[in-house]
Amino acid sequence: MRNTGGHRSTYAIEVSVLTKRYGDLLAVDHISFHVEEGEIFGFLGPNGAGKTTTQRVLTGVLPPTAGTASIFGHDIQRQPMAAKSKMGVVPEVANPYADLTGWQNLMLAGEIYGMGRASRHERAEGLLREFGLWERRHQKSKAYSKGMKQRLLLAMALIHEPPLLFLDEPTSGLDVESARLIRERIRALASKGATVFLTTHNIEEANLLCERVGIICRGRLAAVDRPEALKAPFACSQSVLVAFDRPVAAADLSGMTQVSRAEKEGDKLRLYTCAPGAVVRDLADYSRKHNMEIVSLNIVGPSLEEVFVALTSDQPASRGGGL
Amino acid sequence: MRSVRLAWVIAKKDMHIYYVKGPVLIFGVLFPASLFLAFAIGRPGHSANLAPGLIAITLFFTTSSISPAIPPWETQARTLERLLCAPLSVPTILGGDVLASFLFGGVLSLVPVGLAALALGASVAHPAVLAAGFFLSALCFAILGILLASPPTDKPSEIMMLSNLVRLPLIFFSGVFLPIEEMPAWGQWVAAVSPLTYCTELLRHGLGGVTHYGTGVSLLALAGFTTFFWIASVRLHRRSMSRRISA
Repeated sequence: MRNTGGHRSTYAIEVSVLTKRYGDLLAVDHISFHVEEGEIFGFLGPNGAGKTTTQRVLTGVLPPTAGTASIFGHDIQRQPMAAKSKMGVVPEVANPYADLTGWQNLMLAGEIYGMGRASRHERAEGLLREFGLWERRHQKSKAYSKGMKQRLLLAMALIHEPPLLFLDEPTSGLDVESARLIRERIRALASKGATVFLTTHNIEEANLLCERVGIICRGRLAAVDRPEALKAPFACSQSVLVAFDRPVAAADLSGMTQVSRAEKEGDKLRLYTCAPGAVVRDLADYSRKHNMEIVSLNIVGPSLEEVFVALTSDQPASRGGGL
Repeated sequence: MRSVRLAWVIAKKDMHIYYVKGPVLIFGVLFPASLFLAFAIGRPGHSANLAPGLIAITLFFTTSSISPAIPPWETQARTLERLLCAPLSVPTILGGDVLASFLFGGVLSLVPVGLAALALGASVAHPAVLAAGFFLSALCFAILGILLASPPTDKPSEIMMLSNLVRLPLIFFSGVFLPIEEMPAWGQWVAAVSPLTYCTELLRHGLGGVTHYGTGVSLLALAGFTTFFWIASVRLHRRSMSRRISA
């Protein structure tokens, strides 16, 4: 059901020819895409590509120069309060109030979203326990580590149980435990039907978490699609990583019919191919013929990183399609 | 009603965080207290006449000491973007900051009011005028403070410097210590465009003194300044918010 009366839309986020200029700098250049309800959408791009600016326009922090963005059918410029009340946000560079305790920060966030005292307390306790901050709740957040502050910010964004969560580089610079906790929480939220807009330059994180990704480069949307669909045109970037029980030169295997290139990687060989199955059969024949054992063998698909590099390195024409 | 409730939430946050910040205590408590004592001590013959001016400068400095500091502090501490992502309008955020400043100055300035009555021998002749002058001035000065914080800097010291650059000269051109009628013509023109003048006038009338402009004009002028400062603050802060975040 599309938005007609401003009350419901199947799109959690709908962006249409959105443009943002800073003087002469075109930071976001006529981008259009949508995010479905319940989807984890990754927004990828190199530094300075326009990711954070886009998120700031979508969250109502910055006004767009042109174009529109709506949150569950509410235009972020014309109905900012309705749109903002449906979202929780963890900005890229943000801090909880250093002079307030973890508990006070959560109470403040809850009050801003109009929550009653009892529900605020109940929700805050649950979130603090879940994020491992309950024991430190009466400590000022200036004493928290970076990981604890980030977990507190996420808890503050979730206090009012928003159906849409904006996260800008949520695991950047965090310790492994905090990063894993946040990723698990993102998955859990999505499984309960929440929509997540994840801005990141961590391609592996996007690959693991996101159902669809948008790749932005120099303000333009280079692609919007499922990670696997984006990788499909790069099928010939697949490789077979093999190790034998005796050293083998790369040149000995580069002549195989389906192998386009062979490279030595430590004690292994990487064989690039469009047909990994055929290469595996040839490798089995080769090992039998030379009386060798295959110690390990892995088929490595094209990575999202390769897609990202290809799309962002030479500014190709817009492809894929989110709308 | 929702905006008022949210402004109160912001004000509570400000009270918790900013009331005990060093620059606030220096410019909002120590500085006006020093001014008060410097002018009150050693001039016993004129103490009752001094009372309105001393209360006015205390009110002026205390109520305009917190609101200028909050926006640059929030920018510096990277807490502003979260507020802007929340369902809070710019006037609501500013309203909360003004309310915190108003309460800070209003409560602290009751001390010189008490001292004026007890130590300086001043008596309240027109309590309604005194109260109206006191509270309207507190609101006006708190909003002036937020107006002075509109440049998009993240350095509170820069705003405090600008704030003092505007506030300090006004003490000498607002009829606080020198009656307006005794000022040169150019000084009287400056006094006419200073909100502190009308605050002093109302407090003087409230404490039974003689005024230059009269109560009605002073109330209208203060209301006009308050409205003008508020409209200008909202407009300038709306423009500077983007630059605060993008910086």
